[in-house]
Formats: sequence, C-alpha cells, structure tokens
Amino acid sequence: MAKSITAREVLFDPVFKNNPVILQILGICSALAVTSNLNTSLVMAIALTSVTAFSNLFIAMIRNQIPSSIRMIVQMVIIASLVIVVDQILRAYAFTLAKQLSVFVGLIITNCIVMGRAEAFAMQNPPWRSFLDGIGNGLGYSLLLIMLGTVRELFGAGKLMGYEILPLDTNGGWYVPNGLLLLPPSAFFLIGFFIWALRMWKKEQQEKPDFRLAPQMKEEE
Amino acid sequence: MGLRAYLDRIEPHFAKGGRFEKLFVLYEAADTFLYRPATVTKTTAHVRDGIDLKRMMILVWLAAMPAAFFGMWNVGYQANLAYAARPELLTASTDWHVPIIRLLAGFDANCLWDNFLHGAVYFLPIYLVVFAVGGMWEGLFAMVRRHEINEGFFVTSLLFSLVLPPSIPLWQAALGISFGVVVGKEVFGGTGKNFLNPALVGRAFLFFAYPAQISGDTVWTAIDGVTSATPLVHAAEGTLTLQMSWTQAFIGIMPGSIGEVGTLAILVGGIALLVMKIASWRIVAGVFLGMAGLSLLFNAIGSAANPMFAIPWYWHMVLGGFALGAFFMATDPVSAAMTDTGKWIYGILIGVMIILIRVVNPAFPEGVMLAILFGNLCAPLIDYFVLLANIKRRAARHVQ
Repeated sequence: MAKSITAREVLFDPVFKNNPVILQILGICSALAVTSNLNTSLVMAIALTSVTAFSNLFIAMIRNQIPSSIRMIVQMVIIASLVIVVDQILRAYAFTLAKQLSVFVGLIITNCIVMGRAEAFAMQNPPWRSFLDGIGNGLGYSLLLIMLGTVRELFGAGKLMGYEILPLDTNGGWYVPNGLLLLPPSAFFLIGFFIWALRMWKKEQQEKPDFRLAPQMKEEE
Repeated sequence: MGLRAYLDRIEPHFAKGGRFEKLFVLYEAADTFLYRPATVTKTTAHVRDGIDLKRMMILVWLAAMPAAFFGMWNVGYQANLAYAARPELLTASTDWHVPIIRLLAGFDANCLWDNFLHGAVYFLPIYLVVFAVGGMWEGLFAMVRRHEINEGFFVTSLLFSLVLPPSIPLWQAALGISFGVVVGKEVFGGTGKNFLNPALVGRAFLFFAYPAQISGDTVWTAIDGVTSATPLVHAAEGTLTLQMSWTQAFIGIMPGSIGEVGTLAILVGGIALLVMKIASWRIVAGVFLGMAGLSLLFNAIGSAANPMFAIPWYWHMVLGGFALGAFFMATDPVSAAMTDTGKWIYGILIGVMIILIRVVNPAFPEGVMLAILFGNLCAPLIDYFVLLANIKRRAARHVQ
C-alpha cells in the first residue's frame, strides 16, 4: 500500500475502480443466490457492508498483537462473531427476510470479500482507514447487488420491493415476466454484462488477450 | 457481369476513407455472398478447397429447406384440422394471421395449398423477425469489432426459427435470437469462437425465460385455446401408439416445433449434407448409436410406472427434435468435437443424454436441446483427452 492514498480513495476506489465483485470476481456465490429480489439484495448488502467494516476495524485495532502464525484463526473468530450478531439482529427484527436469506447470512463468513479485506488491508493499516476500506468494499458489493436485484426483480417479476411496477399479463397488464431472471444462473449473465459495460467505460480494466491469431489471409497479388 | 462491375464501381465508397466506410461489412457480406471472395489463404499451412465457409453455410441453409417447407405445411394442416373440428374458433378468432390467410387461401385441411400457405403465414413473420433482429446484432458487432458478417448466421437464423413453436410471440423470437447471437456467439468473438450452438442458446433462453410460450400443450397448434400434446407427452403417458402410427410420425404429421416434426424431410436434407461431407457422419452415427443403445437398455430394464422405458429406439428416432438435432444441430462444426474419435464420443454422449432426459427426467418431456448444449460444453474436453491419448500412443511407439 502506497502512503499517498487518501481516505477518500480508500472509501470510493472499490466502487468502480477496483470493485470487489466486478473486477476481482469475489463474492459471486451470494451475488447469485440472494438477488432474485431487491429486498433481500438490500438486506444482504447492508449485512455484508457492516460485517466487512467492523471486522476490518477490530482486526486493525489488534493487528499488532496478532501472532502471524494464527492470524487466520483470529480473523475468523472476529468475523464469525460479527456474522452471528448480524444474523441474530435479522432474526429478531426482520424474521421473514431472514427466512428468505436462509443460510446466506451465515455464509457471509465464507465471503471472500470479508476475509480478503481483513488479510490484505486491515492487517497493515490503522483502524479508521481499515473501517473506511470495509465500508468502501461493502459499497462496491452493494452497488452490484442492488443493480442485480433491481434488474432481476423488475424484469423477472415486474415488481420492485414487492410493488408491481410493470403491469403483469396475469393481472391484465402487458408485461410477460421473464422467468429466467428469477433463476440464479441469470445473475451470471447479468454480472457478465456489467463487467462488459464497466470495462467499456474504464478501459484500463480490460485484460490483455492471452494470444493473437496470426492473419491467415492476404490480398490476392 | 453487370453486377460484378457495379459492385466494383461502388467498392471505393466502402473502402477506408470512403463515404460509407462504416458500412463496409455490409458491402463485403453482399459481395462475397454473390461472388467468390478476392482474398485467398497465403500464409500458414491450409487445406485448399473450392468450398469455403460461406458456400458451406449456404448449403446447410438449403439442406434445411425441405424440413422448413414440410414444417409449414404441417403447421397449416394441424391448424386446419383444429378449425375443422371446432369451426367456432375460426369465426371468433382475433388473430392477425387469420385475415391474411383468408385473403390468400382457405381453411381446408385436405388442400395442399391451404395448409402450406397457412403455415407460411405463421412461419415467415417469425423467420423475418429472427433474420432482421439477429442480422442487426451480427452487423453491429461486425462493424464495431471489425470482423466480417458471416453466413453462419443464415444457418443460425433458420435453425432457430425451425425449433420454435408456430404460436411463439414475435417479440419473444426477437429476444431469443438476440440472446443467442450476442451471448451465444458474439461475446466470444464471433463465428468460429463460440463453444455453444447459438440457435440452441437462443432457444434455451426462451425455454427458461418464457416456459408458457414454448412448452406445454397449448403452443403447438397455432390457434389460441387449442390444446394438442406433442407425441412425446403421449409417450410419457403410455398412449403413443393409440395416437398415431409410426409412418405418420416418420413423415411428421403431428404437433411440434415448426421444423422438427418432419423426420423424412430432415433426412432428405441431412443425408445430402452427409454425402457432401458438410455434416460429420461420425457425429450423426454417434448420436444414433447412443440413442439406440440406451433406449434398448431401458427397454430391457422396463418399468411399470414409467411408460417411457418401453418406447423403442425407432420411435425415439422420429419423435421430438431428434432428427433435426442429430443432423443439423449436433453437427455444427464450430461447437462440435474436432477430432474423429472425439466426434464419435461426442455423438454418443448426446444420444445417451437425449434418452436419459426423455425417459428418466420427468421435468423435461424433450431432451435434444439440453443434450446438445451439454455435448457442446464437453466437446473441448473430449478433444483434449483424444489429443492426449494420441500423444501418449505415439510417444510409446518410440520407447526403446
């Protein structure tokens, strides 16, 4: 980590410039599983953002006390405790949503973004910065989840947050919902499209081709 | 040679720096469609043949024509039969197709022309929409990515239209071909770099996105509110032989997707492709062997609860999309296996999967589409192992 990075960059770079899902392809599993509607996407986004932020904060606080040989275990303990807290809060205050999210709140513990930021950032940086980094990466993840949730619920069910936006043909409207968007694989295509769009916009994110075919044709002489 | 001279005269406008530089791909597509391309292979080792990709694709397109024409007749025949049984449907119909048909022909199921025209009025709009929308994507990508418009799209558009039910809404056909061309082909770099058959990708998209319009028993006859189960559904219920004779199924007088019903017509085009060595006979034979082998095994096992177990191979051959899939879809040279041994394995794998899905999986009455897509996915792996085995075999020959 270069010293010259400002707090603003720490917070906002992960949104477009270094998005954890779109550029680093982390956290795909939950992005496929919970985004069939906007409600669960939002809750998941908030849950993951808070877990990443606070795990970064706490790990950064004790980063100089953690023996290197057991650092993973210590990180896991902190992340797991936070996940349990989030899960219990959801069960207490939003039981139906917690039901819909089923195991995926618990599975935040295995989300590569949380562990990755703890290991890559919080172990080397002071607490406040690490906290911002956690929020920033959470925002990057949230942005993608919200986009996925919006597209999938709007075009897959004609609704947003459960309210009908596009009048469905089954209710006498004109919109025929696209069932594929409610299936998890559709999120794969959509993430692919988002990656495509982002890399058209930010060309520096494009990868170099592994090889190029030699031209096989020449003009007839 | 007037046309050639005209094309040469307007060529500078499309060349670099010309007025219509951006439209060069369209000019190039028209030119090479009509005449031999001016470029020839000069560099790497290359088999030279009078038949290039464009001619090959056109021949496939022509070979699919018997199936398309028979399909149109069958669409009309099925619809006219339904109208004959329930005339009130015809008078109450608000379908925009009906006035056009009334203008040009009648509704007599015994009249060849009436049936054929009826089907054409359903099929041609589907094909035109598919061709225009898919061609638009193809042209757009050709312009931006600077590759040629490829005649492969002729085949994709026709095959895609042939595997749709006649009652498919036109906007769904447009959406399906868009997905097939863009996600199935262009994102990977265009013709030659796609690992899945674009026509089947488009159909699979529709199948999962709008199951109500592409499966079930109300979509196969092009009249609202008429139910006509496909023979595969009858087979699953064990009433197949009560519904139709084998000859009838072989000729294809039954409800189904537009172009997949006529096994006889498909055989005409398909065997022509085999004779011209455009379609690989190894793949077709492999699909057939895999299908026959597993269905014989299932016949031997038998099942009291599932009548599909008892369907013999010669029935499987004439039902659903088997013939169209085996001759036209599985043999797509881009997405199939490349090695000779690989082609056998690939074909057998598809044949086995077709029967597995048809017989054992109650969720899908038909398995040809999914089986071929599965085969496409496995094709690179199959080739890899075939090459590896060949290297091993030849290395062993040189061991002292």
